[in-house]
Amino acid sequence: MTTQTQSRMGATMNAPSALPAVPVKMQARDVKVFYGAKQALKGINLDIQENRVMALIGPSGCGKSTFLRCLNRMNDTIENCRVEGRLTIDGDDIYGRDIDPVQLRARVGMVFQKPNPFPKSIYDNIAYGPRIHGMASHRDEMDEVVQKSLQRAGLWNEVKDRLREPGTGLSGGQQQRLCIARAIAVSPDVILMDEPCSALDPIATAHIEELIDELRENYTIVIVTHNMQQAARVSQKTAFFHLGDMVECDDTEEIFTNPRDERTQGYITGRYG
Amino acid sequence: MQLTVLLVVLAVLAVVGYHLGRSRAANAVGGRIVQLHSVPAYYGAYVALWAGLPAFLLFVAWGVSEGWLVMQMVLAGLPDRLTSVDAQGIALLKADLLNLAHGLNTGRQPDPAVVAGAEHYNALRQLGDWAVLGFGSALAVAGLWYARERISPRMRARNQVERVINIVLIGCSLVAILTTVGIVLSLVFEAARFFMAVNPLEFLFGLHWSPQMAIRADQVGSSGSFGAVPLFAGTLLITVIAMLVAVPVGLMAAIFMSEYATPRMRTALKPILEVLAGIPTVVYGFFAALTMAPFVRRIGDAVGLDVSSESALAAGVVMGVMIIPFVSSLSDDVINAVPQSLRDGSYGLGATKSETIKLVVMPAALPGIVAAVMLAVSRAIGETMIVTMAAGLSANLTANPLEAVTTVTTQIATLLVGDQEFDSPKTLSAFGLGLVLFIVTLTLNMIALRVVQKYREKYD
Repeated sequence: MTTQTQSRMGATMNAPSALPAVPVKMQARDVKVFYGAKQALKGINLDIQENRVMALIGPSGCGKSTFLRCLNRMNDTIENCRVEGRLTIDGDDIYGRDIDPVQLRARVGMVFQKPNPFPKSIYDNIAYGPRIHGMASHRDEMDEVVQKSLQRAGLWNEVKDRLREPGTGLSGGQQQRLCIARAIAVSPDVILMDEPCSALDPIATAHIEELIDELRENYTIVIVTHNMQQAARVSQKTAFFHLGDMVECDDTEEIFTNPRDERTQGYITGRYG
Repeated sequence: MQLTVLLVVLAVLAVVGYHLGRSRAANAVGGRIVQLHSVPAYYGAYVALWAGLPAFLLFVAWGVSEGWLVMQMVLAGLPDRLTSVDAQGIALLKADLLNLAHGLNTGRQPDPAVVAGAEHYNALRQLGDWAVLGFGSALAVAGLWYARERISPRMRARNQVERVINIVLIGCSLVAILTTVGIVLSLVFEAARFFMAVNPLEFLFGLHWSPQMAIRADQVGSSGSFGAVPLFAGTLLITVIAMLVAVPVGLMAAIFMSEYATPRMRTALKPILEVLAGIPTVVYGFFAALTMAPFVRRIGDAVGLDVSSESALAAGVVMGVMIIPFVSSLSDDVINAVPQSLRDGSYGLGATKSETIKLVVMPAALPGIVAAVMLAVSRAIGETMIVTMAAGLSANLTANPLEAVTTVTTQIATLLVGDQEFDSPKTLSAFGLGLVLFIVTLTLNMIALRVVQKYREKYD
């Protein structure tokens, strides 16, 4: 209990240190998640800043993916999963009664661990979200959305001549960028990425990391990663999770050079995890 | 009798051989089992196989050839005046011999030479059986002893036993294949006989089906007419009605089961739906004939339509109900095979559940669903009982589901029920119909399997 309180205080104390002007996009207060009787998150407090990349790191099973899935209510699809506490986006309660999870997910997009393009053409993959949300009334408009999304995801030049070919025919790295483009097409505020590079080779990973850095201008990004170099490379803020607790959250540089908690130090120096 | 004894002897020797082989292998390495090439049980199985298998093969070979072999010897021993006749005479002679040998009355005063031949026949068979018992037992003991002597720590017993098992497995799969080939061949030959009597073009495109043939030449209507189009049309009509019932209901049920039902509901509902598949088709037939057909008629009367008491509609609807579990359970499997990651991807973009099902899950599962429907169609085409009981036998060429129609399978059943002469086109036409039916369902199944295969490659 003591460590939990400490970590919570640490988190609030450290939250907006280096760049105090940056507004907070999403906020978690005492978020607890239960899978049946098993508690997966033990009261998380975290501020996610706008137009920043926040990395969530920690050993397997520490709850970082669970937390990520709370942010767009993907946990709703898992049976007997229960979320307590308060989570907000722009001040609106995510689990509030007047928020429809379907609309929330249009605001908070998600990219998954394994590239999961739909078995449709590249064009239809991108157009899927805009279509269901009625975002383009005209064919030309849709063409533009598709082109812009692919350009932002850095995939346009590679696929512009084969938009009608199936998305499943692309390479793994291209597929993942297609999934990112698909998420961008709905023009969300926040993009959640759950280990987006764990199924990719180093070159494809470098591509995605560059992309994440560019996307920061327009989107708030939360990324779960097992790769600590990746967290150091792409993020401005890093939160360290351990056994369902958020142990420490600070500027990425701080966390990697000068961690306050010995558990964080143990993890980043490779003693466990 | 002797042959049963032989089988018992072989079984006992195999069991004894198993234990001998196992203990000998263990003794050969002084109980240090790890030094053996194979686990001791394989040495046991090796000895058991040597003890049982050669003698068993001898037993089978004797069982197959015994009758022919003994008959040849008996015929050779008969006087020339009996055997120097044509093939038919020989066949008659053989039949007489067999009847006498089995103590049956031939109805004629038998020739003393034939009686002697029959006794000779019985004596030879007795002798042969004793010989096989003695020789088989000796072979089994010799095999057991030989195999036991060969056991050494370095002997690769497992490889040899597995090779034998491999051959047995191949043999079992050959049984299925050879049976299929046999069925197809018999169908093709009988159908060829039919098409020698009836022009295939008339059969395939003729519009009038009336297979009644006169038995005597002077009877009225001495040649039936074999235009099968009304049967094909009836089959098509009933199949379409059945599919109109089964595909939407089955598919919706599958979607509910795989996407909306909670796991508890699913485990409760799925077996119940599958009970529907376990009901014998004859029972569906009762239901169609006694409940559904009068019901359809009453409804028709109420709205002023003329409905015959045996209607394509009643049979088709009940057949559709019968096929629902088939469609739903196959589609359910296909829908479940769509990776969860695709659903997550769709939800993650803000799609609702119904949008996800309509736009992602269904298109991804479509090839599999098509395959399921094709298999269901070939079942509907092959279904006989419901149609026989509920749709009638009159070969009307009509597209009106309220009239009585008949199907290919129903006609085959009625053509072959009871005593039939197998040289009349009436009976043989059943094989012509069967061949067409077989080709159609085979084609459908092949297309369905091809589609399923293509679909599998996509996600693996």
